[in-house]
Amino acid sequence: MRWTELVVFVVLFGVVTVLGFVAARWKAGATLDHLDEWGLGGRRFGSWITWFLIGGDVYTAYTFVAVPALMFSAGAAGFFALPYTVILYPLAFMPLLRIWSVSRARGYVTPADFVRGRYGSSVLALLVAITGIVATMPYIALQLVGLEAVLRTLGLNGSGIVGHLPLLIAFVILAVYTYQSGLRAPALIAFVKDILVYIVIIVAVVYLPIKLGGWGAIFDAADAKFKATPAPGDGLLLNANNQLQYATLALGSALALFLYPHSLTGVLASRGRKVIKRNMSALPAYSLLLGLLALLGFVAIAAGTKPLINQATGNPDTNTIIPNLFAGQFPAWFAGIAFAAIGIGALVPAAIMSIAAANLWTRNIYKEYIRRDATPKDEAKQAKFASLVVKFGAVAFVLFIDPQFSIDLQLIGGVMILQTLPAVAIALYTRWFHIWGLVGGWIAGMGWGMIMLFNIPSADGKRKHFGASALKLGELNLFGWHPFGGSTVQIYVGFVALVANLVVAVLITLVAGKLKVFNGIDQTEPADYHVDEDSAKLRPVAAH
Amino acid sequence: MTQPGRSGIRWSSWNLLLLIPLGLLITPIFNRTGPELFGMPFYYWFQLAGVAVGVLATSIVFVMTKDKPTTPAPGPDRDVDTLDEGAGR
Repeated sequence: MRWTELVVFVVLFGVVTVLGFVAARWKAGATLDHLDEWGLGGRRFGSWITWFLIGGDVYTAYTFVAVPALMFSAGAAGFFALPYTVILYPLAFMPLLRIWSVSRARGYVTPADFVRGRYGSSVLALLVAITGIVATMPYIALQLVGLEAVLRTLGLNGSGIVGHLPLLIAFVILAVYTYQSGLRAPALIAFVKDILVYIVIIVAVVYLPIKLGGWGAIFDAADAKFKATPAPGDGLLLNANNQLQYATLALGSALALFLYPHSLTGVLASRGRKVIKRNMSALPAYSLLLGLLALLGFVAIAAGTKPLINQATGNPDTNTIIPNLFAGQFPAWFAGIAFAAIGIGALVPAAIMSIAAANLWTRNIYKEYIRRDATPKDEAKQAKFASLVVKFGAVAFVLFIDPQFSIDLQLIGGVMILQTLPAVAIALYTRWFHIWGLVGGWIAGMGWGMIMLFNIPSADGKRKHFGASALKLGELNLFGWHPFGGSTVQIYVGFVALVANLVVAVLITLVAGKLKVFNGIDQTEPADYHVDEDSAKLRPVAAH
Repeated sequence: MTQPGRSGIRWSSWNLLLLIPLGLLITPIFNRTGPELFGMPFYYWFQLAGVAVGVLATSIVFVMTKDKPTTPAPGPDRDVDTLDEGAGR
């Protein structure tokens, strides 16, 4: 047991817990019994809060733990997180402004709400909502994996159910204050989390290289390690086979990110377009941080850090690399702060994700199919309850199923959420696609994506299915036809699935156009997409 | 209801700047070790420098497209503000 670290961790966790409960009254509106308030914090967050909130939401504990772990084991390929988070903001800049405006004008809370309004189709909205919920659930479970990596490094590495108890306690606390305070809780906690994260990483990337003989020595150590391993895919640079994978994974992940309901929740909670625009320039500060953090994977190699054996599964857990590096290289009190940063880093996104999933459930399934006459108060009540169910579902995932399963599911989740791109992002610009084209494209992309992922074994050959998201082009199979037979060049599955999705959507749209099939009613108006905070006749927040 | 003839898209050529950071997807440009910077291979510091390029692109677009749609508003009397608020319709 590491007592100093544990005490620092518990104290900071305590501070955050108090903040979580106080948050209910922070900038409170007239009522918390409305999704605009509970689920979107009153739609009035300014630039700073939004920066902390989205930063805390996108750059999660799991990211902070898994990206360096990937660098540690694979090298250059793990660096994809950097180009991904660099191109993310320029790509999202325009579409995010449009979806914010139309959501503000029409009172949309979820991406599925927008699809419902744009196409007047509850089927399409349902598909988008279900995709969002299914893709978000394993993401929440992954935050727990990140939190548990820290708890186990702290010495709380028991076996069986006792080993999971600290995690369970942390999550019950989180569940209760999210229930009470809604989106305001993670928004307030994000301040603490991100400040801690910035301090820890800046200290780490300055102090550790000096201690270990400079970046040159660190890269040499990493190079020596990769040259010694038999695996062909690792190394300090990309090779001929994984460059396409690198680029398509970065692009696919960037396109997918703001389709995730939880990232959109952070965007919709902001006050106006200017807040979003400013943040598109300010959020990359986190990307820089992430890039530097990724390099800590190499620092861990140079420092000779070994992954901890997880007592619950008996396997070495590479996700403990970063916590272990901190424990080995920092004084105890600072390691405690670092652990708290990662631990609290799990709470913020987990809270936002559960709120986003709860919003989707309430708005697009409960109100649409179960209780059409639900009042705003009923909606808020239902969403609070759903957020509890979602969180305990995620805990059950981690407790009763191999954590590897949530990692697999998250991989799948990324491919899935990308399939909502035509219905959500493209629909922001044009209604050219037909409803049934979008539905058909979704089915094709989703189905084919799942089949491809199912057939990819893991790199070490231990698992036959869902081993990675990199598909060898030679194995691309179009009804028995191999267009790139024999090629070992890899590509991101999600990207292939999205292309299939778009092709099918275009074909069905053309046919449906010829047959003059009814294409729903668009409730939005062109001006809705440009509404801003100071626009005249703006819809009041938290009324209806 | 969609109004015929108005797509509701406002175009500014400044937006094209947002495409520049996509250069980070062309891996052959930077998949090399030299020249090194502070002991870091080119591959790593080039991509880290990409963050600044991204920030520059979004910042310039933000400043240059501030509160004015660059496509001129149809009709004589509509100034920028009425168009922005959708009040002219």
